[in-house]
Amino acid sequence: MTAVQGVDQAYWYILGISVLLLLAITVVMVYFVIRYRRSRHPVAADIRDNYKLEIVWTIIPTLIALSMFYVGWTSYVGLRTVPEDAMEVEVIGQMFSWIFVYDNDKESENELVVPQGRAIKLNISSIDVLHSFYLPAFRVKVDAVKGMPTYAWFYADEVGEYDIQCTEYCGVDHSAMVGTMRIVPAETFALWLDE
Amino acid sequence: MTAPQSFYHTSSPAGLSGIRAWLLTHDHKRLGLMYLAAVFFWFVLAMVLGLLLRTELMGQGPTIMGPEVYNSMFTLHGVIMIFLFVIPAIPAIFGNFFLPIQLGTDDVFFPRLNLFSWYLFMLGGLFAIVALFAGDGFPDTGWTFYVPFSVEVDSNVGLTVSAAFILGMSSMLTGLNFVTTFHRMRDRSMGLMQIPLFTWSLYATAWVQILATPVISITFVLVMVERILGVGLFDPDKGGDPLLYQHLFWMYSHPAVYIMILPGMGVISEIIPVFSRKSIFGYKAIVWSSMGIAIAGSLVWAHHMYTSGMSDVSVFVFSLLTFLVAIPSAVKVFSWVATMYRGAIEMTPPLLLALIFIYLFTVGGLTGLVLGAVGTNIHVHDTHFVVSHFHFVMFGGTGFAFFAALHFWWPKMFGIMYRFKPAYIGASLTGIGFLFHYVPMLILGLQGMPRRYYDYLPQYETGNFLAGFGGYLLCLGIVIMFVNLLMSFRQQQPAGADPWGATTLEWSVPSPPPLHNFVAPPVVASFPYDFTTVVERAGKGGS
Repeated sequence: MTAVQGVDQAYWYILGISVLLLLAITVVMVYFVIRYRRSRHPVAADIRDNYKLEIVWTIIPTLIALSMFYVGWTSYVGLRTVPEDAMEVEVIGQMFSWIFVYDNDKESENELVVPQGRAIKLNISSIDVLHSFYLPAFRVKVDAVKGMPTYAWFYADEVGEYDIQCTEYCGVDHSAMVGTMRIVPAETFALWLDE
Repeated sequence: MTAPQSFYHTSSPAGLSGIRAWLLTHDHKRLGLMYLAAVFFWFVLAMVLGLLLRTELMGQGPTIMGPEVYNSMFTLHGVIMIFLFVIPAIPAIFGNFFLPIQLGTDDVFFPRLNLFSWYLFMLGGLFAIVALFAGDGFPDTGWTFYVPFSVEVDSNVGLTVSAAFILGMSSMLTGLNFVTTFHRMRDRSMGLMQIPLFTWSLYATAWVQILATPVISITFVLVMVERILGVGLFDPDKGGDPLLYQHLFWMYSHPAVYIMILPGMGVISEIIPVFSRKSIFGYKAIVWSSMGIAIAGSLVWAHHMYTSGMSDVSVFVFSLLTFLVAIPSAVKVFSWVATMYRGAIEMTPPLLLALIFIYLFTVGGLTGLVLGAVGTNIHVHDTHFVVSHFHFVMFGGTGFAFFAALHFWWPKMFGIMYRFKPAYIGASLTGIGFLFHYVPMLILGLQGMPRRYYDYLPQYETGNFLAGFGGYLLCLGIVIMFVNLLMSFRQQQPAGADPWGATTLEWSVPSPPPLHNFVAPPVVASFPYDFTTVVERAGKGGS
């Protein structure tokens, strides 16, 4: 299972249970309001508590919550565990663009090009205020902080173009700090790198 | 008959008249109404700002304003809504007015301090207005004032954080007043398990206000020290640590979320039993969950920082703690719904608003699970998903609790009843508009649209257009609700002491209450939600 699939599974698990819970609470609530309306049910029962029920509805949500924590955590581990053969690219955030620096000192602005079939490790930093490197298609996001390197990685599986956005507010042109990530076949990448 | 004796006709201290009877008052009820006037002004202003922001986003590219104005405007919207509406709304207005009465006493423990808090609140608001028009204009940092950006920009960050500092002071003093009143002024015959749940929720809130607010105050002082004296605390250029700021900021601002929601939960815990004419289910569990939320909620702040670059160990710990704080909130929701089981439910505007609260708050809580889990958080952190999530909690939750409280206690505060039909129309429209407004944002966030974006990639246009459309519906509903409430002053339909058939002490005194609240010494029930006498009165053809 890839890191992206891991995250998406966590989404399905948490959102699925959430929708069921929401539905259950809403249906029961609306049913009670209609079924026990005063014109039909004029005298209320005097029920003040029920310890068994209260213990049950404390313990079961606790277990559900802990399971959600677990799937959330394991999918995060996938996002943090970089394969050893990953290709490294330096990513520098600045007001208001992304600079990518490759091993051979090739630099590009707002355009990250990577070879298909490789794991890519991004070493991220900033030269001014906080930024955040966001690659929605690969569920990857990490802040760019001056003086404190951070990292992220993804597996370049399919050829195509993907959006890069800045998600930490950084000033007037924050929303214009967008770029493109292109996954290209290995040969094309080699040519591009030597351009 | 009771009207001439009401607090509107008696000043405290005695002998004041006209505007002086308000501006120098020690009466907790007058102060509650003075907060109502101020908070109402700020809410309407920030609501209009919000609508302008969403209008800008309805189409791609520049629509009605430039990026500078947009960035200042979302900062202003956030600062006002957080510090001048959501935090003070329920405690300062309804807490001031009703906490002493629910405790069977005649005022708060420190009435003069209470007046002082109001002046601090107004002074903080004044600072915000000055920051808007003076010098280089309102900051464009977002209400979070993240460093190093906030120590580098030229705009009025100093004035604005001073405003937040002063407002924090006001909030702390109100909390102090509530805690002391709770312990020292409570009717002698009222034991801890006889206290109404609204007052319990304010008590839990007050402790968070007292203990957490100093953290943000100190942090803002440090930002000033860094800006003015150039001491390197947060800016990496000067050897500071930006993550330190984030920790300090959220150490207050996450507990502040519970300052915002707990009183709202208290309101709902009052309304549901009254209109079900049935005891609240699990009174003790609700009390304990309020205290549990206040304590556990203070230990989860760094879940705002999963992507910040802090250590993975911190991420693990804060995610685990975050899931534990979900439990007490779930217990409350289950208890409210169970209260209605085999009740005798009467639909009224406050109940409708409370039901909408339960639905929207549940969505807010459940979307919080997506954000609490680490792997899923990374993708939607700082996107529209977060914007939508916290509006579900803060607006669908606290905002609707505020509307519900207004409709619930309006007859008590002013002695008059409003019309129901427009209230239903307004409330329903607000609820429907709310969903049209914020559900598209949830989806936009999942698709990857970041927050605080003046412009966006083309694939996000449909969602933004729909959200803007919902925003107009939402605001229309709110206007109908407010106008209907204000119209009640013209109709002057008297409400009576207990229009709903409620059990807590504020309903045993005249509407509006006299200066010292109680005409005769209060009779404290052995259980605050025992509806036996209400049912008997109803059986005899009473209310």
